[in-house]
Amino acid sequence: MSALDPAVELIRGLWVTLKSMFEKPVTIQYPEEKREVRKRFRGRHELHRYDNGLEKCIGCSLCAAACPADAIFVEASENTDEKRFSPGERYASTYEINMLRCIYCGYCEDACPTEAITLGDNYELSYYDRRSAIYTKDMLLDPVPATAMLTPQKTEAGVFTRSVPEMENPKD
Amino acid sequence: MITDWTLWLEWFVKALVWIFALLGGFAYLTYYERRALARIQTRVGPNRAGPFGLLQPIADAVKLIFKEELSPAKAYKFVFFLAPILTLVPSIIIAAVIPLGRSINVFGREINLYLANINVGVLYFMSIAAIAVYGIVLAGWASNSKYAMLGGLRSTAQMISYELSLGLSLIPVILLGNSMSMVDIVEKQSDIWFVFIQPVGAFIFWIATLAEVNRAPFDMPEAEQELTAGYHSEYSGMKFALFFMAEYQKMIVICAVMAVFFFGGYLGPGVDQYPLLGPVYMFIKIFLLLFAMIWVRATWPRFRYDRLMSFGWKVLLPLSLAIVFITATGILLADQTGNAMWMWSIPVASVIAGLIPVVTIYQALRRLSYERA
Repeated sequence: MSALDPAVELIRGLWVTLKSMFEKPVTIQYPEEKREVRKRFRGRHELHRYDNGLEKCIGCSLCAAACPADAIFVEASENTDEKRFSPGERYASTYEINMLRCIYCGYCEDACPTEAITLGDNYELSYYDRRSAIYTKDMLLDPVPATAMLTPQKTEAGVFTRSVPEMENPKD
Repeated sequence: MITDWTLWLEWFVKALVWIFALLGGFAYLTYYERRALARIQTRVGPNRAGPFGLLQPIADAVKLIFKEELSPAKAYKFVFFLAPILTLVPSIIIAAVIPLGRSINVFGREINLYLANINVGVLYFMSIAAIAVYGIVLAGWASNSKYAMLGGLRSTAQMISYELSLGLSLIPVILLGNSMSMVDIVEKQSDIWFVFIQPVGAFIFWIATLAEVNRAPFDMPEAEQELTAGYHSEYSGMKFALFFMAEYQKMIVICAVMAVFFFGGYLGPGVDQYPLLGPVYMFIKIFLLLFAMIWVRATWPRFRYDRLMSFGWKVLLPLSLAIVFITATGILLADQTGNAMWMWSIPVASVIAGLIPVVTIYQALRRLSYERA
């Protein structure tokens, strides 16, 4: 330690800030440049379809029951072979999520018996009024795969009798 | 009696150019500061409005103009209104004595590139700089708010304390320049800039001006963590913008004055043949000095208020008295012996004198830390 140390430290501070001036900025220019979300990020909900285009959601309302914020509203209707939306007896004729209430806890995902609802990657949820905060089924539903048909489909009798598919236990 | 109307026109145009340069300079200084601070913090800074964010100051101005003007219910309305004006006006008129160059020939007429070459330019600068404190203390008092009041009081105490060192650190320049006129002072520096003859004086001037314009690390009057915004806590809209303007214009002007006193003003290679290079050199010097201000702001934390005061009175004031004495002695020795080499005793003795407070502060701090342990 010498008596000049405090003065030297002041100069060293200046040197540090000057050096950092020539570093690459860490800024991500957001609307043009987006950062990948994490693997288990919980964003906007997505309602999925099977490969044949049928909706996975069977209108059981378990997600609504599991929702701690009471954000989900489901109304179920009967499927027929003439107008089939999902396998099994029923489908969700109305499916609404109030994004102002949702806390993105992911309990709906856990409650779903058919893995129909998952929390996706989209976090750009902004709206000008409260009404448009309610996301309806057609906003949440995935697009139809290119090889499949839109719902409602006309299906053969006795094929899609089981509402919950056979599946393995989730791994992650 | 001046009857030549073109002279009036010349003065008018020059004044107008200065005012617009200061107003435009203020706007782009905020942009410059934000960009430079951002780069120092490895960010990008404002880059959305216009190319490279160059329209950002305009966007800010529009925002400030359209904001609501509030005044506290129990404020002294007249003084509350007067204070921003009193702060802004000195920061503009102080620029009148700053020379930007020698003279240019426009349509067969010699036009000096300065507004006024008064023979007491340094005194003018000092007195106008002292007036600026009124606006701040009146703003603090008229707001009828404790934050504003404390901010105003702090800033008055600080400005008055550091003004002494500021004035004393200019005496070596006056002695070396043998004049109080800014143009004469610049012309005397054609051989060597005064910063090399009196580096400690330049350093004291720099510190005192940082305190004078309330910049970090002396931004005590507007210490956000303690006083919200200090003396302009209660101001909004255009009145706030005037304070903001005054602060940044003072920065520009102080850097210009610093360039004139210590860094050779408009002098530079080729300025004898092309006088128009003078303003260019001034601009470059002001630009670099402003960067130093921003750099210091980005680096050093704020002083504690009692330390600020004891630094001003116990360190800077004796030191500036010492360098006045050293400079005078050096000039006297050079005169009496007729040997100009004696001038070089000034920087040597000044640096030695400057090292004494550094050592003393170090020992005082060490003693304090022993007492605490």
